[in-house]
Amino acid sequence: MKLINILSEKKEIVLKKWFDKIAASYPVNAPSFLKNQKNQFANPVGYTIEETIEAVLDVLINEGTDKKAQEFLDRFVQVRAVQDFTPSRAVDFLFMLKQLMKDELKDELQEKGMYEEFLLMESRIDRMVLASFESYLKYREKIYELRVNEFKNMAFRLLERANLTFEFKDDDPAFEKDVSDSDNVK
Amino acid sequence: MPNESKSDELKQDELVKIDYKPPKKDWMDTPVHFRHGTYIYPAKAKNLTYLGLPNPREWSPADEDWKLPDNWKDIILNGMKERLDKYRSFKVFMDICVRCGACADKCHFFIGGGDPKNMPVLRAELIRSVYKGNFTAAGKILGRLNGARGLTKDVIKEWFYYFYQCTECRRCSVFCPYGIDTAEITMMGRELLTLLGCNVNWVIEPVANCYRTGNHLGIQPHALKDMFEMLLDDIQDRTGVKIEPTFNRKGAEILFVTPSADYFADPGIYTCMGYLMLFHELGLDYTWSTYASEGGNFGLFTSHEMIKRLNAKIYAEAKRLGVKWIIGGECGHMWRVMHQYMDTMNGPADFLEEPVSPITGTRFENAKSTKMVHITEFTADLIKNNKLKLDPGRNDKLRITFHDSCNPARAMGILEEPRYIIKNVCNNFFEMPENTIREQTFCCAGGAGLGTDEMMEIRMRGGMPRANAVKHVHDKHGVNRLTCMCAIDRATLSTLMEYWVPDVKVTGIHELVANALVMKGEKERVVDIRGEALKEKKGEDNVR
Repeated sequence: MKLINILSEKKEIVLKKWFDKIAASYPVNAPSFLKNQKNQFANPVGYTIEETIEAVLDVLINEGTDKKAQEFLDRFVQVRAVQDFTPSRAVDFLFMLKQLMKDELKDELQEKGMYEEFLLMESRIDRMVLASFESYLKYREKIYELRVNEFKNMAFRLLERANLTFEFKDDDPAFEKDVSDSDNVK
Repeated sequence: MPNESKSDELKQDELVKIDYKPPKKDWMDTPVHFRHGTYIYPAKAKNLTYLGLPNPREWSPADEDWKLPDNWKDIILNGMKERLDKYRSFKVFMDICVRCGACADKCHFFIGGGDPKNMPVLRAELIRSVYKGNFTAAGKILGRLNGARGLTKDVIKEWFYYFYQCTECRRCSVFCPYGIDTAEITMMGRELLTLLGCNVNWVIEPVANCYRTGNHLGIQPHALKDMFEMLLDDIQDRTGVKIEPTFNRKGAEILFVTPSADYFADPGIYTCMGYLMLFHELGLDYTWSTYASEGGNFGLFTSHEMIKRLNAKIYAEAKRLGVKWIIGGECGHMWRVMHQYMDTMNGPADFLEEPVSPITGTRFENAKSTKMVHITEFTADLIKNNKLKLDPGRNDKLRITFHDSCNPARAMGILEEPRYIIKNVCNNFFEMPENTIREQTFCCAGGAGLGTDEMMEIRMRGGMPRANAVKHVHDKHGVNRLTCMCAIDRATLSTLMEYWVPDVKVTGIHELVANALVMKGEKERVVDIRGEALKEKKGEDNVR
C-alpha cells in the first residue's frame, strides 16, 4: 500500500487533528469558536483554515500541483500575516502536519519503502512552507505599502485641492507636441 | 520556545519539540504588549492643551513609564464615580451582564484576530472588574471570585490598548438580550483615559482643529473655497454644466453639512460632486458653510462634553444664517451624533422649521425634532416622486454591492433609502450575505478614530469579516464596486479592499447618482464623474 492511500484512508482524522492544532495556536476562547461556528461569514478564519488544510491534503493525496495548494496557502497566510503572530508562528502550521503524520502513521511508516515515500512527501511540504513564507513577506510588505500610500495620497490631495500643485493633464498640448515629435523621429 | 541561555544544554529531540499553543493564563494575568501596528500614537500635548484637556505630555504607549500624574488612581476612581452617578446607562451596563456569551463572537476584531479581550463581554469586563473591585460590596469582599480586581497601571495600559481596538460599531449590542451597548462602555473607558491625558492623536488633533477652525484638518475658509473650485472645474469638464454654489449665505432655505473628507479626500470628492450636481439640478435654495464645515464629530470618540462642544456649531451656524432646516451628507458617526445626541445636547432647535422638501412637498416627520434630514432620505424621496431624470445605464460598467455603514444602519436604522437610490441609479446590484448586512453589518474596522495608518495591521485584521463578504460577491457576481455612505468607510474600505479584494473600488451613493443624473444643458457624457470612460453608451431607452 502506498503512503498516499494510507493518508487518504486517514484523511478525516488527520484533517480534524490538524484543524485542532491550528485552532490551538490562537489564544484561549478562540479555538472553540474557530471550531464550532460553521458559517463561513460569521467565522471567516475558521472557514479559511478548513478550506486550506483540505486543499493541501487533497494535493498531497491526489498528487495535484503545488500551485493549487499555494493558492489556498496564500489566502490563509494573508490572514495569519495580520494576526498576532511572529513570522515563524505565522507559517508554522505546515510543520504541524508533518508532526501529525509522524504520530498518526507511526506503524505504517515502519513498513518497507514507506519511509522513503514519507521523506519525499516531507520535502514537498517543506516547499509549501517556503512558498508560504514568500506569501507572508508579500503581505507584510503590502501592509507597509498601504500605510505609505494612505499617507502619500492624503498629502498629495491636500496640496492639489489647495491649488498648490500643478499637474499635467493627459490632453495638455505639450503632450501632443511630444507625440508628433516622436513620430517624426520614427 | 526554549530559553536562549540554556539552548546549548538541550538535546536534539528537545529542540524539535515546539509548543504551538499560546500560554494559558487568566485574562487578568495577561498584560498587554504594545507592538507597532497595534496601537495609535498618543495625543500631542499641544492639542490637549488647546482643548483644555488634562495632563498633556510627551509619552508613548510603548514606553514602560507613561508619566501618569501622581494621583492617577484617584482621578480614575473619582471619574468613575462621577459617571456612574451621572449616566444611568453606565451603571446599568456594569450591573446587568449575565455573561451569556451572545456578544462574544460578534466583534469583527475577535472574529478576525481571536484575541479574547476583543470579545465584547470581556472588553466590558476590563472596566467592570474595576467597578466591582471598588464600587460593589460583593466585589470588595470576594475579589477575583466575583470577577473583581484592583486598579493598577497595567489596567490603564490594558484599557488604552483595547478601548482603542473597539470601533464603537455596536454590532455586539444587536445580539445582547439585555441591550447592553458596548460602544457606550468603550466611550466611558475613553473618557476616563482622557482624564489622564491618555488619548490618541488621530482623534484629538481633528478635535482640536474642528474646535478651532471648524473641520478636522483645519482647512480655513479661503482654502475650502479653493477646494470646491477644483471640484466645480472637474464637474464642468466632465458634464459641461457650470455650477456656482454659495457659502455662508444668509437667508438660504437649507444649510448643507457634510464630513470634510467629502471635499478633500479620494474617493469622497466624487460623492461631494454628486451633492453639488444634484442640488444644482434641483435649483435648491441652500448654502454651504465654512464654519460648520465638518459633519464628523470626533468628540464622540473623546467625551460627552466634547461631542457637545463640537456639535454646537451646527445649530449655531443654522441660526446665524437664518436657514429653515438642515440636510446632512453621507457620514457615519456624524449621524449617530445628530440622531441620538444633538437634540438633547444642543437642542431644541426651535428657531428652525420642520423640514419639508421644497421639490416634492414631503414633510420629514422623522426629523421633526432635530430639523436635520439625511441626504439619502431627501434623494430617495425625489426619486419616489419622479423628480429626477436618471440614466442608470451610465453605471453599467459597475457591478455594485452595498456596505451598510455601522452608524446609519444601527444607530438610526437607515436601511432602505440607500438601497432604493442605488437600485434606481444602477442596473447591477448584488447584496452581500444576510448576516453581514443591514443591522448585522460588519464594520470597516477604521471607525471611532482607528482609521490611521499606524493601525494598519489591526485594521486589516478587524476588517477581514467585511472584506470576506465582499470577496464572496466579487467571486460570485463579479462585483467591482463597494458602495457605502460614510466618509470613514470611503477612506478605510478603500485600503481594506486593496489588501483583501484588490479588484473592488469604493464609492459613495451620490457618486452613483452623479453618474446617472441627466442634467439640463449637459454635454454628451463620455466619462463618469471620476473622468474615466463610460464603457456603455447611454441610450434614450434607458432614461427613466
